Amino acid sequence: MRKQSTLKYLAKNKLIAYVIATIFTILSLLLGISIGTVSVPILDIIQIIGAEIFRYSIDHIDPMYHSIVLNIRLPRVILAGLVGAALAIAGAAFQGLLRNPLADPYTLGVSSGASVGAVVTIFFGISLPYIGAFTLPFLSVVFAFITIFLVLTFARKIDRSMRVETIILTGVIFSSFLGAFISLMISLTGNELKQIIGWLLGSVSMRGWDYIKIVLPFFIVGSMLLMANGRELNAMSFGEDRAQYLGVDVKKRKLVILTAGSILTGAAVAVSGTIGFVGLVIPHLTRTLWGPDHNHLLPLSMLTGSGFLILADLIARTIISPTELPIGVITALIGAPAFGVILIKRRQS
Amino acid sequence: MLEVKQLSGGYSGYSVLKDISFHVAKGELFGILGPNGSGKTTLLKMISGLLPFKEGSIFIKEKKLSQYTQKELAKVVAVLPQHSEHAFSYTVKETVSLGRYAHQSGFLQTWTEEDEKVVQKVMKQTGVEVLQNKNLRELSGGERQRVNLAQALAQEPEILLLDEPTNHLDLSYQKELLDILKTWTRDGTLTVISIFHDLNLAGLYCDRLLLLKKGMINIQHKTNEVLKEDRIQEVYQTDIKKFAHPKVPVPQITLLPKWEKEEQLEAVKITADILQHDKQHIVLKSPIPLKTMSSGVVGAGLGWHQTFVNRHVDRGYSCSNHQEEMMNYLCERGFDPLETVGMMTAVVLDDVSYKWMEEDTLSVFVVVTAGVGNAVDATQSENHSSAFIPGTINTWIFINGKITEEAFIQGMVTATEAKVRALEDQKVIDSVTGTYATGTSTDSISIAATQRGEKHDFAGSITPLGKLISKAVYMCTRESIQKSQKRK
Repeated sequence: MRKQSTLKYLAKNKLIAYVIATIFTILSLLLGISIGTVSVPILDIIQIIGAEIFRYSIDHIDPMYHSIVLNIRLPRVILAGLVGAALAIAGAAFQGLLRNPLADPYTLGVSSGASVGAVVTIFFGISLPYIGAFTLPFLSVVFAFITIFLVLTFARKIDRSMRVETIILTGVIFSSFLGAFISLMISLTGNELKQIIGWLLGSVSMRGWDYIKIVLPFFIVGSMLLMANGRELNAMSFGEDRAQYLGVDVKKRKLVILTAGSILTGAAVAVSGTIGFVGLVIPHLTRTLWGPDHNHLLPLSMLTGSGFLILADLIARTIISPTELPIGVITALIGAPAFGVILIKRRQS
Repeated sequence: MLEVKQLSGGYSGYSVLKDISFHVAKGELFGILGPNGSGKTTLLKMISGLLPFKEGSIFIKEKKLSQYTQKELAKVVAVLPQHSEHAFSYTVKETVSLGRYAHQSGFLQTWTEEDEKVVQKVMKQTGVEVLQNKNLRELSGGERQRVNLAQALAQEPEILLLDEPTNHLDLSYQKELLDILKTWTRDGTLTVISIFHDLNLAGLYCDRLLLLKKGMINIQHKTNEVLKEDRIQEVYQTDIKKFAHPKVPVPQITLLPKWEKEEQLEAVKITADILQHDKQHIVLKSPIPLKTMSSGVVGAGLGWHQTFVNRHVDRGYSCSNHQEEMMNYLCERGFDPLETVGMMTAVVLDDVSYKWMEEDTLSVFVVVTAGVGNAVDATQSENHSSAFIPGTINTWIFINGKITEEAFIQGMVTATEAKVRALEDQKVIDSVTGTYATGTSTDSISIAATQRGEKHDFAGSITPLGKLISKAVYMCTRESIQKSQKRK
């Protein structure tokens, strides 16, 4: 009973939610920069970043720290944060749209679709005119969109009411199929086998600032589009018919939301490979704590997701140091059991 | 308000509706009826703009449906769906607030004071105000349906569309919901178009009905015209029986179970064998419930009764509420007042007279207790006061057969005519006017039929049944009066 009322109190006080989520993200950020083979004191980190932003010079801090923070750890941590935020907000949106707490870019097969796009780009060495460096994320986004479209069409064919399990099962089928396709291409390349597998399992290491520049525009466009559709997502949580009765232009909004979700997933996969379950666990946790209203759920999931992935990356690179684990291993270790728990809870209620 | 013209269409591949035309005026409560698969929900989906149609047109407030944007439409038409999904646990207030979606504009779509006011108002109207911070999942089915209604009303619609709104609702919620809708349509603030599964609810609440059969309009008219026995029988392909609502002038419809039609029911005969009488009361307990029309103190009117009690009371009996007193009397003696026809008499019960008469397959059993203490000539009754005096001629007629309602009434007339003649032949005089009495001031009668065996449509005085009734009633009344006159 007490737990119930505490949760209700939290759900009603959204300001507290934003404060806590922001503190969590910043703390993760600082920890992510600080910890590693060489530890950097947190105060130094703040000064280094402050000096960089406000363009003043500092001399009392070791220049090695300066280089580690600005050239290695900060881009890595920011990339992890962006990928986590993108996957979490995309997951929250997919869940609301499909009224399905088990939906996320990974379980829906969208991540696999995006991977195919990325692998195809690398395999054939495609570089589209005008967009150059953006070819990889662009094709990932396109493949992600095609995949979600196929998954939903297929699921609707099987079961018009689109039950939770049907959609997830369809996602599994597509993931397996696309995974096989990727394996095939990897076998054909022979050479850079290990590198691609490492990328596939997901990693944010050694990407540098260039990758952030690539993913950022996609991230901004995708998350803006989704956050502008918070109320529509609320309405669609009650069913598409109901949303239409309430005045939502369902066809248009659905297309916008699926496109935005694909943009976010595609971009995230393009820079870091498939990282599963972030989009499942984070929105679920956020919803439990702060309530299902998408106007708040989306930004809060974004904040929490970025902090979560930074921490996951921190664990992945330190736990059996000096060897680095793929980050997807950590998220799956946390995410898969969470998936199971949500499934059991659903069955019970 | 709403005009549908030559509407046809359905789902891809097959058409459901053919040539549907009707209009609904402002402030009407309009019902859509029809068997499963007749196209009710499809029609509603087309009106709500969810489903495109192939031919025809729909006008809402003189504007074509296709010219509305989704948001504009939501400000005029709200829908209360039959099912609602609730994948996530929104609070009641969050849910109701979604109803304001169409009214919010601008990129930021800010929540205005007006929005808050409307949400508070509709929550109060639907009685979900106290639940506003609860999660949808904590609510009962009835409460959830009221939250859905509040959400629809938050749209401030002029037309409300409902798909079997009372589905899954308890009786009290069904009534509550429909009462609210009726009030609002009467105010003229709302026009309601609703699909009904329950013909009786539709008959009770709707102003007009539309009956669909296989995607076509069977009839569109006032409830009385639509709810006709043979029409419903034909459209729904089942056996039904129509009857009048006991309180409201609307038709009601009930199913006829298969066992009722099967004629193998064991024949039951009501005879003198099951009549018991002592100084306190005369009792007849039937082995089966009998269809009864009576004017007793208890169990009056038309109904089904199994026990018949004629109770002796003192001549000076007086009680402010004799009906309640009689009920208590029956209860104390182990009779169920709901299953009993109870009468009172001041006559000494030993003067009872009864006869069993048979003609071919038909038989009647008549029981009469008669005294003529307050005999009255009905043609000059204005000379009498109208105080309640315990009944003096109580007539029970049991018919072993199946009879129609008109036969019940004719049977009463026939029995009364026979009684009048019996009194005249016994030279019973109205002491006030000095003329022949036609009865006493408080006579009661009951006709009860087993409703098994041969059917008799009529019981007028020259029909076989009428002949038996008049003969038996005449003989019994006369004999009972003779007995009581001898006693004096």
